[in-house]
Amino acid sequence: MANRDTPSSATTPSPSPGNPMLTRRRVLAGLAGVAGLAATPSLLAACGPGASSAPSAPTATGAAPSAPSGSAGASVGAVGALSVGSNHSDPGEKTGMELINKAFTDATGITVKMNTVDHGTFQDQLQNYLGGTPDTAYTWFSGFRMKFFADQGLNVAVDDVWSKVKGNYTEGFANSVVGNDGKVYGIPVDYYPWAVFYRKSVFSSKGYTVPATWDDLKKLCTKMQSDSLTPIAFGDKDGWPAMGTFDILNLRLNGYDFHVNLMAGKEKWTDPKVTTVFQKWAEIVPFHAKDYAGLTWQNAADTLVQKKSGMYLLGLFVSSQFAATKNQADLDDLDFFPFPTLGTQYDAEGALDAPIDTWEIAAKSPNLSSETDTAKAYLEFWAKGSTQVIMFQNQPGLIPTAKDADTSSYTALQKKAVEIVSKATRITQFLDRDTRSDFAGSNGMQSFLQKFLANPTQDLAAYQKTIQDFWESLPPLT
Amino acid sequence: MLGETEPLDAAPLEPQTGGAAAIPRRGRSRYSILTRRDKTVMALMVGVPTFLCVTLIWLPTIASIGLSFTNWRGITPLTDQNLVGLKNYVTLFTTYPFFWPAVIHNVLWLVVFVFIATPIGIFLAVLLDREMRGTRIYQSVFFVPVVLSLAIVGFIWEQIYTSQGFLNSVLGHTSSSTAIDFLGNANLNIWAVLVAASWRHVGYVMVLYLAGLKSVDPTLREAAAIDGANARQIFFRVVFPVMRPINIVVVVITVIESLRAFDIAYIINRGKNGLELLSILITNNSISEANLLGFGSAIAVVLLLVSLVPIVTFLVRTMGRDTV
Repeated sequence: MANRDTPSSATTPSPSPGNPMLTRRRVLAGLAGVAGLAATPSLLAACGPGASSAPSAPTATGAAPSAPSGSAGASVGAVGALSVGSNHSDPGEKTGMELINKAFTDATGITVKMNTVDHGTFQDQLQNYLGGTPDTAYTWFSGFRMKFFADQGLNVAVDDVWSKVKGNYTEGFANSVVGNDGKVYGIPVDYYPWAVFYRKSVFSSKGYTVPATWDDLKKLCTKMQSDSLTPIAFGDKDGWPAMGTFDILNLRLNGYDFHVNLMAGKEKWTDPKVTTVFQKWAEIVPFHAKDYAGLTWQNAADTLVQKKSGMYLLGLFVSSQFAATKNQADLDDLDFFPFPTLGTQYDAEGALDAPIDTWEIAAKSPNLSSETDTAKAYLEFWAKGSTQVIMFQNQPGLIPTAKDADTSSYTALQKKAVEIVSKATRITQFLDRDTRSDFAGSNGMQSFLQKFLANPTQDLAAYQKTIQDFWESLPPLT
Repeated sequence: MLGETEPLDAAPLEPQTGGAAAIPRRGRSRYSILTRRDKTVMALMVGVPTFLCVTLIWLPTIASIGLSFTNWRGITPLTDQNLVGLKNYVTLFTTYPFFWPAVIHNVLWLVVFVFIATPIGIFLAVLLDREMRGTRIYQSVFFVPVVLSLAIVGFIWEQIYTSQGFLNSVLGHTSSSTAIDFLGNANLNIWAVLVAASWRHVGYVMVLYLAGLKSVDPTLREAAAIDGANARQIFFRVVFPVMRPINIVVVVITVIESLRAFDIAYIINRGKNGLELLSILITNNSISEANLLGFGSAIAVVLLLVSLVPIVTFLVRTMGRDTV
């Protein structure tokens, strides 16, 4: 291009002295161009104040509607308002939230302003959100991820609320909301247990029985293989489903305390106890679906729906794939059993993964001083079974946590889910909720577990060392 | 050019305003032929782009380099205690097991793009440049992947590659035990993704090159043909050299596309299990819930250095030649 330009630019100067008009026009054109350019900074400069005034405009307009609502709140009797941050972005859950907020306003007169953020985005942004200007009450997990933010002083302890409502909860839930300092930081509102799902019709037609022990499980797997079923459906493309298997094996083999301490970094990944987990897992990896690494959990659940596989260790949400067939018989055919016992002292704990969602109060909320009481009222309202059932009716995968929740509308499957969790003396949240987020992510534990699954008979000592090295490379949490 | 023309324009105005005094002043300071307005304008023309370049490119780059020596998580204020020296780099090069696979995958991406995808795109452009029937239709067909949203591209290829998908059906692997696990097999999936990425890249290069071919003066070809050159000689000896500016653009785009390779792999499985890429490691470490800004920055710095090698080599060569 430069080559082609050179001759033309060489010729222009020669006519220009002889033709002043041309030059003048060129100059004017040039000036116009320059004026345009010169205008750009002023445009940019205009953008500056414009941009800065832009937020002020919404706040001005935002103030307008809030003023009437404030006065309305005042007229009801100074009960005030509450801002709420919600990650219930799915349509059903959002409807549930709106109904609950309406019920809350009807009951207390407190106006609720809800701010809904997509579930995944909410999780990725939470750290910045809580450190910035969060809503006063917000949805989050329990367990380690709750403690993590509480330790940073980003949460308000809610022991006073808890003392009023704790009679409505079983021991497992109570343990899940206690912070490292012994204070309570959240109110559990829903959960979904992880267990081994199967189709009753498949088991009855082939004469299978629910395996109670590890050996039973392996025998059943062999039998299923001879019946040309995939014994254990498995889909780990997204990385996290494999964590469920690690969790349950570690809980059965090494117990709740070791598991939680390992997740918190108080135990090492190089511990021989962890080796036994991977060794046990390696015994059943041959029974997993061969193509697991390219399947999502939905793909894997479909193989269970289609009776191509026999069992599937997953959360209760697996039922949504059975519901998706629009054939009630499929959903009625779905059943589950607790993961088999492994013959250790920890079998008695009956521990399992049952991720619990909570409501918490953000310490950095700009409205904290005026909204602490309303937020606590909101949390207390959520601790009622009647409130949680509203959400459950709109999202059947989220089971209410309160003892006084009306269970009459529960299906047999949901009743069983309640039973298995209430029997558990220890509840874990799931690996990626029980440990630090930078450890659990895509290029962290998710990848490590995939590396194990790709080669279960590898040198486990070396493998476990890579995990521990990764843990140790992470910066201090606060 | 302004500098040359402005005095010619200003000269006739001068006697009217400044009178005789203006002329000697001009004569004395021979080098200051620019008016004050010219200087302001030029200052703005230089200043504004410089300002934008510095604030949008240089400052973030330097900040990233600085952050790569810290373990900052982006939450608490940055203090001396966050300084960890070269720790991030040591971790990266020694213990972090996903770094070297990512580097290898990026290099593989570059090699495939440079030696396979780009030549195919050029080849298609040359074919379509001939006045064949339906050339517009072919152009559109090859260009469609470039226009499609990446979410759709990812979805299409997932449907093709899954164990029950199109490709396995075509190959006759209908049961899940015999199916080839294109996306799950850690040794295979990078190639599957490279095919998908090349599918887009070929169309992109083709359109660029086709536009270039259309602008080649047809008389050059005619002259070469009259001189007895065959089709191959015409392309390699005449058209290709004339296309140098387009060739440069194509090479630059190919290198950039390979180094910033991200989207399809990220859509498929967020860059794990054989699909590690530097750009995805940066994203997963610094933008996601992990919040490892310092560590993510260290990977970004490595990617920057890797990018500088081909870019600088390339610029030195081309710029050097152009000034000669």
